[in-house]
Amino acid sequence: MIPPAFEYARPASVDEAVRTLAEAGEEAKVLAGGQSLLPLLRLRLAFPELVVDVGRIPELRGVREDGDTLVIGAMTTHHDVVTDPLVRRHAGLLAAATATVADPAVRHRGTLGGSLAHADPAGDLPAVILALGGELVAQGPRGRRAVAAGDFFVDYLQSALEPDELLVEVRLPKADGWGFHYEKFHPVAQSWATVGVAALVRRDDGHIAEARIGLTNMGATPLRATAAEAALTGAGGTESVARAVESAAEGTHPAQDTAASPEYREHLARVLTRRAVLAAAGMG
Amino acid sequence: MTDQAVQSEVGRARPRKEDARLITGQTNWTDNISVNGLLHLAILRSPMAHARIERVDVSPALERPGVVAAFSGRDLDGLGSLPCAWPVTEDIVLPDHPPIAVDEVRYAGDPVAVVVARDRYAAADALEAIEVDYEPLPPVLDLEAALAEGSPLVHSDKGTNRSYVWPLKTGEDFDSVRRRAEVTVKRRYVHQRLIPNAMEPRAVVVTPLAASGEYTLYSATQIPHILRIMLAVVTGIPEHKLRVIAPDVGGGFGSKLQVYGEEAIALAVARRIGRPVKWTESRSEGYLATHHGRGMIQDVEVAAMRDGRLLGLKVDLLTDMGAYLMLVTPGIPILGAFMYPAIYKMDSYDFTCTGVFTTRTPTDAYRGAGRPEATYAIERIMDELAAEVGLDPVELRRRNWIGHEEFPYTTIAGLTYDSGNYEAATGKALALFEYDKLRAEQADRTARGDSVRLGIGVSTYTEMCGLAPSRVLRDLRYAAGGWEAATIRMLPTGKVEVVTGTSPHGQGHVTSWSQIAADVLGVPFEDVEVVHGDTKAAPQGMDTYGSRSLVVGGAAVHHAAQKVVAKARKIAAHLLEASEQDLDFADGVFSVKGSPEARKTIQEVAFETFTSHDLPDGMEPTINAEHLVDPDNFSYPHGTHLCAVEVDTETGQTKIRSYVCVDDVGRVVNPMIVEGQVHGGLAQGIAQALFEEAVYDDEGNLVTGTMADYLVPSAADLPEFVTERTETPATSNPLGVKGVGEAGTIASTPAVVNAIVDALRPLGVHDVRMPCTPERVWRAVREARS
Repeated sequence: MIPPAFEYARPASVDEAVRTLAEAGEEAKVLAGGQSLLPLLRLRLAFPELVVDVGRIPELRGVREDGDTLVIGAMTTHHDVVTDPLVRRHAGLLAAATATVADPAVRHRGTLGGSLAHADPAGDLPAVILALGGELVAQGPRGRRAVAAGDFFVDYLQSALEPDELLVEVRLPKADGWGFHYEKFHPVAQSWATVGVAALVRRDDGHIAEARIGLTNMGATPLRATAAEAALTGAGGTESVARAVESAAEGTHPAQDTAASPEYREHLARVLTRRAVLAAAGMG
Repeated sequence: MTDQAVQSEVGRARPRKEDARLITGQTNWTDNISVNGLLHLAILRSPMAHARIERVDVSPALERPGVVAAFSGRDLDGLGSLPCAWPVTEDIVLPDHPPIAVDEVRYAGDPVAVVVARDRYAAADALEAIEVDYEPLPPVLDLEAALAEGSPLVHSDKGTNRSYVWPLKTGEDFDSVRRRAEVTVKRRYVHQRLIPNAMEPRAVVVTPLAASGEYTLYSATQIPHILRIMLAVVTGIPEHKLRVIAPDVGGGFGSKLQVYGEEAIALAVARRIGRPVKWTESRSEGYLATHHGRGMIQDVEVAAMRDGRLLGLKVDLLTDMGAYLMLVTPGIPILGAFMYPAIYKMDSYDFTCTGVFTTRTPTDAYRGAGRPEATYAIERIMDELAAEVGLDPVELRRRNWIGHEEFPYTTIAGLTYDSGNYEAATGKALALFEYDKLRAEQADRTARGDSVRLGIGVSTYTEMCGLAPSRVLRDLRYAAGGWEAATIRMLPTGKVEVVTGTSPHGQGHVTSWSQIAADVLGVPFEDVEVVHGDTKAAPQGMDTYGSRSLVVGGAAVHHAAQKVVAKARKIAAHLLEASEQDLDFADGVFSVKGSPEARKTIQEVAFETFTSHDLPDGMEPTINAEHLVDPDNFSYPHGTHLCAVEVDTETGQTKIRSYVCVDDVGRVVNPMIVEGQVHGGLAQGIAQALFEEAVYDDEGNLVTGTMADYLVPSAADLPEFVTERTETPATSNPLGVKGVGEAGTIASTPAVVNAIVDALRPLGVHDVRMPCTPERVWRAVREARS
């Protein structure tokens, strides 16, 4: 658990951070809250020549409104996300899911942007941002660009960020009026989710008008349970929901690891989607 | 003087004296120790489970910045084999165990080379430069396959993977009781390997004094005294030139009851280069290199009558030794051998244990050490027998246990239980648990076909603690005795130093020993200090493991303190011009019977020995005293644990809803310490039932190599424990104590698994393999339903 040697930079602004990254090329790694990168360094699974610590850039922290959009700075800690009144009002799903991340110590260090940029499909927040239809804003030498969550998570631990780009903020359409629930299944409180299901449900006249389901740890990237989402439209009771979620694992490719087999994960995806949707719809 | 006696210290929930410095870290953890010129070791370890070492070239590492030296196994060839102190049979296969592998590596993590550098970082970086050519050999991983004809061998020169076969057959022949039995139940249980997780990783510092050939070795160890002797043998450094210090040690659970290669390596390197060195393991390194626990297949059979009365028990064990026999590796299952019959009466016992080598990290003591395995087997199969004969599991136990009026009772395994009251502990536990109410809820859920089932698990355990009568150890072929030593030093100002041969690493001996000494001497608790863990300051001891410290070491403190009082009485009688028989002694004061104003405190007497101005003729000027205790018998804590588990049959998720334990650990010195021991023990036992497992892949690599994969539960994963006690004093020591370090671990594992199986039995489930992960539970339900 001794990390290899690396250079360390601590830019004071986003511009300086982007410049530092651009100069370093592919050999730099961004350090946000350190909850993923430091273990990788200590286990000698990552060997960056330069670690760019963006933890002291004030403009990357905080939550604000922009019309119908909620804007969360990439370096906003999990703890701040959980307790922020704007997040709780307009993106309750994110607050609820973030409250399940690891333990208080991790939540005071770890950041939303760090978690998303790490692109771990077992992380809770990528699937949540996917379900919320968020956009991730990257800044690089060529300026700013917004990437839809569905395009951001490219592969296992791989995001759409270029090496010289920094994730600066997350933009979420306000989900006012949507019911929500994050159903996390994990063997011990501090472990990653074996499977997690993020559900957003809009009801209309006692029926589900629209459902959005994000799946945690059901493949190399966070996934939407699109077949189940379609089947849930119009569902009006627990039995119709139960039927609709039978397709929750369609199109997923869950991993085999010490926590679970793919077959079991697919089973969990169905059960947990049912529970999450019923809870989000207030039917549970 | 009033008649009101000072409140006895023993029995008080004193906050622990040592905690302020332990918790704030203002103490000497081994890794905190720094000396001038200190160099740091890093160890290159085998990435393969089994391979021949064709070549090791450490010279490229010497080119790296900050590197001072580097050695291969061959370079340190002068080191002897690491010791095994418990060759359990005469014909045991006991392979050499070089501290650094020379010709062959036999588990992933086996040391191959060592680098010495100016700092930890330089040492770790330089490991990557060392060149090693390995010729892969086949791994040996499956215990049954390892014994089959033609299996690859862990130690090819030994011609077998079988280390030993150890039988114990007592009473009527088991075949004979099987013939007259109305019911037999046979089951196979598997104990997964567990990885001990002490809060403080292992660490060692060696400071050499070249001019006089003296060495001081600091180690995060449970056994400074045993370590000193063993390292003298392994390294050839004369024992009197070697001082071993166990500074404050942050937990061990048996994993620091060991003579480790790294300790020998550090000593050898310090001697070779004449400089002080330090090695501290990382957590993931410890997962490979610190010994593991458990790892056993149990074939268990009970023979009984329809009314539930037990006739006999047959136990066949295959136990995973790992690649080498370490300090007490082969003895661990033997420690359990006497515990399978537990609290039950029967006519026949037939036990066999086979030790098997595999290409995995060696196993050795882990909290409970053989006794959790035994308790698990008997308590699990008692539930199966209860189901078979249609009795409530508690009733089945009641029909078979030793009645409180039958003590002392010699069990079928040959142990004499001195005391106990299983009825009382069980009665209290059932009441606290609201057993009948939970049974009613369980029946209701079953009747409704609820997807969340309720299960109730019981475990009525006993254990043998207070290791150990030396003659028994001789009969078990253990290479040392089981005595313990204490010295009381009365300082001129009336303060007291208790020197103990036990070596606390979290148990709170400083507090408990102070309480014991304060009571006998009649001095304030605050006036007592406890000296431990340094072979120079506390030269005699057998250290701390196996719930022995209070039972043997605490008794030694008690006796030594009584000797102090006896010596002080002579001086007091002289000073008071009275005969010894005419003196009362209470609360630290000698007074003359009938004239209580004529008095001397024990502190005044201590000062008198310092001046020696007016001592009785011919009396040595000291009231200090030493006492060594060699116990006549083990102690036998027992108790009843009840666990209620909710099982979600849809997902396999289990949730402990309530947990009640009533433990009888004899007389209690400090109730708060006892409760803490029980809580921690429960957590570790529950961890085996539900969470922890060292998983290896088919090549013999440890898959659960970090805490991200090896699931140590936290408080958030555990229920609120209801802990209560009954107090049936032990008769084998003057304090009436029995030991409590392992009770929770021993009792809880079967209580939890019994509860899970109990919940699912109506669905047709009869067992779930540990750890009972959600997926395993889900599969068990699915298979039973299909």
